[in-house]
Amino acid sequence: MRHDTVIIGAGPGGLAAARAAKRVGKRVLLIDDNWGPGGQIWRGYAGLEIDGIEKRYSTQISDLDLDCDQLILACGARELFLPFPGWTLPHVVGAGGLQALVKSGLNIKGKRIVIAGSGPLLLAVASNLSKAGAEVALVAEQASWSSLIRFGLNLWRWPGKISQAVGLATSLFRASLWPVAAEPGSVLMSDGQTWQCDYLACGFGLVPNLELAMLAECKIENGFVRVDAMQQTSVKGIYAVGELTGIGGVEKAEAEGEAAGSGSRLKGNHKRFVSLLREHFTLRPELKSLAKPETIVCRCEDVPLGKIEACTSKREAKLQTRCGMGPCQGRICGPVLEYLLGWPPDTVRQPVHPVPMRKLLNPRETANF
Amino acid sequence: MPRIKLNGTLYGVPAQTSVAAALMNAGLVARQSIRGEARGPLCGMGICFECRVTVDGIAHERGCQLLVREGMEVTTDAP
Amino acid sequence: MNPDVLIVGGGIVGAACARAFLRQGMRVTIVERALIGGGATASGMGHVVVMDDSESQFALTHRSRDLWDGLIPEMPAEVEFEQRGTLWVAADEEELAAVTGKKAFYGERGVATELLDSNALYLAEPGLRKGMAGGFLVPGDSVIYAPCAANWLSQGATRIHGDVDEMGDGWLKLGNGDRMSAQIVICATGAWATELFPALPVKPRKGHLAITDRYPGAVHHQLIELGYLKSAHGHSTESVAFNVQPRKTGQLLIGSSRQYGVEDKAVEQHMVSKMLTRAMEYLPSIQEMSVIRLWTGFRAATPDKLPIVGLCPGLKHTYLATGHEGLGITTSLGTAELLVNLATGQQGVLNPLDYGAERFAECRA
Repeated sequence: MRHDTVIIGAGPGGLAAARAAKRVGKRVLLIDDNWGPGGQIWRGYAGLEIDGIEKRYSTQISDLDLDCDQLILACGARELFLPFPGWTLPHVVGAGGLQALVKSGLNIKGKRIVIAGSGPLLLAVASNLSKAGAEVALVAEQASWSSLIRFGLNLWRWPGKISQAVGLATSLFRASLWPVAAEPGSVLMSDGQTWQCDYLACGFGLVPNLELAMLAECKIENGFVRVDAMQQTSVKGIYAVGELTGIGGVEKAEAEGEAAGSGSRLKGNHKRFVSLLREHFTLRPELKSLAKPETIVCRCEDVPLGKIEACTSKREAKLQTRCGMGPCQGRICGPVLEYLLGWPPDTVRQPVHPVPMRKLLNPRETANF
Repeated sequence: MPRIKLNGTLYGVPAQTSVAAALMNAGLVARQSIRGEARGPLCGMGICFECRVTVDGIAHERGCQLLVREGMEVTTDAP
Repeated sequence: MNPDVLIVGGGIVGAACARAFLRQGMRVTIVERALIGGGATASGMGHVVVMDDSESQFALTHRSRDLWDGLIPEMPAEVEFEQRGTLWVAADEEELAAVTGKKAFYGERGVATELLDSNALYLAEPGLRKGMAGGFLVPGDSVIYAPCAANWLSQGATRIHGDVDEMGDGWLKLGNGDRMSAQIVICATGAWATELFPALPVKPRKGHLAITDRYPGAVHHQLIELGYLKSAHGHSTESVAFNVQPRKTGQLLIGSSRQYGVEDKAVEQHMVSKMLTRAMEYLPSIQEMSVIRLWTGFRAATPDKLPIVGLCPGLKHTYLATGHEGLGITTSLGTAELLVNLATGQQGVLNPLDYGAERFAECRA
């Protein structure tokens, strides 16, 4: 079936794009791998549904034959997980990851949680987990206090964000602190103290989900999809919004979605906030030495750092150690290896996510512009 | 309240719960890694594949991306 | 100091040659422009198999398989050597009838095989679609993980990462302009042999593969349809055949396809579709299996399905080791042995005249 505009991702950016495209009279199809709208940050929120557009949830791009004039990629971001001894234990979960699981029914009443890593997400997670009845014991940000204070001072341009930040502030917050090793039921932090916890919710910032953009051969610059003032990528008819063009949060994603969906220029300067986030939550060099030679880096194939480091390139590591050959297709270990060893991302090939074989039998191209 | 089987045991699980969350609430881990380590969900958003379980006979389903359904049968890797 | 042996191409064939010459006490250098074991070696199936297209092919694959078996005590775990056996599947009585001749042929030459009737077939492979007539089991065939095998075989050789622009008699010229020479120089560049020796009748033959997530126990043997022989035999531009390999990881490696005249390595949806459809006709359960990756590779094809192994016509110090089509993994060891024997004047069980370039009119000096 034909649509004017197809939007991949129903988070803030995708929803804004869908609303805008509908408003200007486009026939819209919105798809998302999740079972409902909201992406990560608005997971489980009520009232997000948009009437008058076609929606396909629990759907991946391989499920469809796309035929449209405009494809808007609103794929969002995933967390960067840095390996350290014990990070593969079941009680170590992403920060956004634990929040997502709680919103999907995980019961954490009375559970003791240590939140660690980097970025404003940690505070948001702390707030949500507390509301769900958890005992948040510690929020450990690896950035320094001076960095955070400078970040806070610069928020005057975004009063809404200041009140968010103030609302999320907690006395359990510590800066210049990061996890060094996890044991069942606890985590050892960089100050030498061990914290008992039922969960360690740990994420070191966000990495854009570039895979579809790369598959479509959109130009990537400095790790993000390059777009013009109307959010069009280097490929005619393909647009990118939200975290794909720069980690910058909800307001940026909504503004970009509005621009892409309505075919207008982006309103507002969001680049400043992107830079602000990037500069004040830079990962400190100590994080590069957390993983030991025996620490697993590729979780899909249980490949330790030592075996990977012995190789001189990502492809050599892949062939010789199987690192990156698992079902996550390098999404977890790829950013780790880029961070630790400077190895750039692989090119992306179909299938862009694991797919039941029968879905590969479609003889036609899966996307048609 | 949907009733599902986790490794053969019947559980009543509130609707709008993911298979991954149901497993965690029941104190079960999803899978065993190549080297036999117990693994549970990491990213919570369908990317890491650590939450893979067999659902109604289909292997390698991501538990975090599936809502429980009445009569669903979930099996994890052998403990 | 110059090496005794210079090998151009660090795939399984080059790596096997490296090992063989190292064991003669010689100094060996491999020049590889990308990754050791990273070309067709990494793209293919790592199948060690005896094939009977011709006496010469049988002799080469049989000898090679014996050589692989001889390495069992030494092979490290990452080579993932497993004697899975090959099960050639007969879909109907006609295909099964044709197999009796094969059994006799293999038996006369000392290779153990079993004829399976329909019951035995399903005992051996319960996952096959019902209604197959039977099969031909070659239990001594094996499966390996070729990139690690190539890396292991070439240990001890000096590795140079670089391109070779030109090769002559006992010398080569690197992309950076350096010249290197040796008593023995070998071209093992597979499908790209014509870059250095334009007259060689070697053509790239593209193949597609798919790999699934882990399904331990789903398939026990390397499974190939007897019609594979038609595909490998034929010269049609595009063909597919059922060929599935269980890997030690429990993943299924699924092939196979052949295309002539395509040099673009991009995965082609229509070929993937044809190939997987064929595979599902034999193994219905795989249609629900999760496919993690798709890729392509280029075999080095010759007009008569035999590789080109021997002195480069007209030269005294430079050898060819190319054209192995879909049998490179298997015959890498036999190839290496042939070259060592030629270079050192030793006799082996294989007849070099069967594999030399002079068998092609266009190659005679």
